[in-house]
Amino acid sequence: MTSGAVSSNVLDDPRGDVFRVQRHAFTSPEVFAAERERIFERCWIYLGHDSEVAEPGDFRMRELGARRLLFVRGKDRLVRAFYNSCTHRGAEVCRERAGNANSFQCFYHGWTFANDGRLIGVPGDEAYGPGFSRESLALPQVPRLEQYRGFWFVCFDRNAVPLVEYLAGAVEYLDLVADQGESGMEIVGGTQSYAIHANWKLLVENSYDGYHAQITHARYMKWLASSGAVSMPKGKLANVARDLGNGHAVVEYAAPWGRPIAHWVPSFGAAAEPEIAAIRARLESRLGPERAARIASSSRNLGIFPNLVINDIMAITVRTFHPLAPGRMNVEAWSLAPCGEAVEHRKHRLENFLTFLGPAGFATPDDIEALEACQRGYHANPEAWNDLSREVGFEKPTVTGEHQMRVFWRRWLAQLEPSHGKLAEVRRVAAR
Amino acid sequence: MSQPASVTRAELEDFLYHEAALLDEWRLKEWLELFTDDATYSIPPTDAPDADPDDTLFLVADDAERLRSRVEQLMGKTSWSESPHSRTRRLIGNVRIRRTEGSLVFATANFVVHRLRMNQHATYVGRYEYTLETRGERLRIRDRRAILDLESLRDVGKVSFIL
Repeated sequence: MTSGAVSSNVLDDPRGDVFRVQRHAFTSPEVFAAERERIFERCWIYLGHDSEVAEPGDFRMRELGARRLLFVRGKDRLVRAFYNSCTHRGAEVCRERAGNANSFQCFYHGWTFANDGRLIGVPGDEAYGPGFSRESLALPQVPRLEQYRGFWFVCFDRNAVPLVEYLAGAVEYLDLVADQGESGMEIVGGTQSYAIHANWKLLVENSYDGYHAQITHARYMKWLASSGAVSMPKGKLANVARDLGNGHAVVEYAAPWGRPIAHWVPSFGAAAEPEIAAIRARLESRLGPERAARIASSSRNLGIFPNLVINDIMAITVRTFHPLAPGRMNVEAWSLAPCGEAVEHRKHRLENFLTFLGPAGFATPDDIEALEACQRGYHANPEAWNDLSREVGFEKPTVTGEHQMRVFWRRWLAQLEPSHGKLAEVRRVAAR
Repeated sequence: MSQPASVTRAELEDFLYHEAALLDEWRLKEWLELFTDDATYSIPPTDAPDADPDDTLFLVADDAERLRSRVEQLMGKTSWSESPHSRTRRLIGNVRIRRTEGSLVFATANFVVHRLRMNQHATYVGRYEYTLETRGERLRIRDRRAILDLESLRDVGKVSFIL
């Protein structure tokens, strides 16, 4: 196998035009265990959007891999993230997926926690001694919880850098999404919760891969052309792949599909044309013509390391995914939209979303098929390397290159790079 | 004014069994002929089964045009997720006529749909809600909603075929 300034899993030749990833990175249980420890337990991980817990008492149960967390707004209006496990004997204190509650009562022995985490009820507490402290038995929160523009993230590493610092250049792109709502953005009701029999990193790569679109999504492109949904935005059009720092990357480009904010296409119907023009005009007066044009005319696929994708394309999808095993992940996807959007416009947005996106859309199922075909292919030839060399060394990498994936993989490697015994083992095993 | 609906449960069962057979046999063009020209087909999200597709993100919310396109796509060669096609087997039961209104029949039925492909076996469980239109001797589907009892699609992956 190639040696030199390379890791066992990623070959990144600084002089040359080759970038390859060893397929054990997708299949090895040792790599999977190292990722859990060195990526998912150390990086900022997306928890949910502010609008999902809009009112005091609102809660959502969230599964971040094996960890089940409660995402709650307390009656003091503060947002918290608790481990969903009673401090008495460990049972889950909340067994509903979502709702509104003043308190959470563990049904095992009846300990009750306020929605701010305080232990407020212990049946038969006369049986405890003077050392029994309700304060120390409050529902524990995850070590770190921070938000940027309504996107809440948790981190299990107490010493992690602040979220904004971690997000680095990605804040520019979160702003481009968050700025679309005159009075904020909200997650639309309805979760697309599904699973893929493939390694989670395949979905990272796929989510901002412009190279596959014409082939994998041939049927979507054909539908787009035949449905009258197609119209290229005018003006100076972006086509760029950018390294946003810390493993985050984005592709920004013009696409022929309609955008609820704000690019009209014939399939929206003639009645929607003035409405979209009005949205565009309001965007311009609020943000200036340049920024409005950028928001309205360009599509952006944003990957925030490690497992958050925000694709602002024919609609905005927020998508996060957690590995369960090297060859399996759970995916949650939502539609993000401006608060107070007109009813008819919201309908167009959701229709536009479904034409491409989701586990029954005209495109996402074929992505899933591709990812699963890759995973099966790796088992066919596990010693081989994937090639991610498109546009290596290009001064201005584009959406159809693989610069954005290399940004991800370099960060991945930096997180996993063996610096102690356990990972050196991983490296040896993975390179075997 | 169209004639009032008069359909027996046995007739409706025959219709639904025929529909299931067309789907299992991938005779989707014939299946489309069971629909009215303005028909809709939808699958609500698993966490909001009673929601409205105008304000909620569904899994499928096809109008007639998108439904026709879905069928055309699935019968084409580039719907990679269903090329080669899944094997499916549908068990339809508990067929009930809930009410009639003019020429319309509102009916429900339970389903178990097995999908087998690439060594994966997925089982979709739920109920159908149908709005049917009687036209002379024939029934036509005006709205077909497949409501999953599954709590998520995690066990079945995706819904790349007609459920």
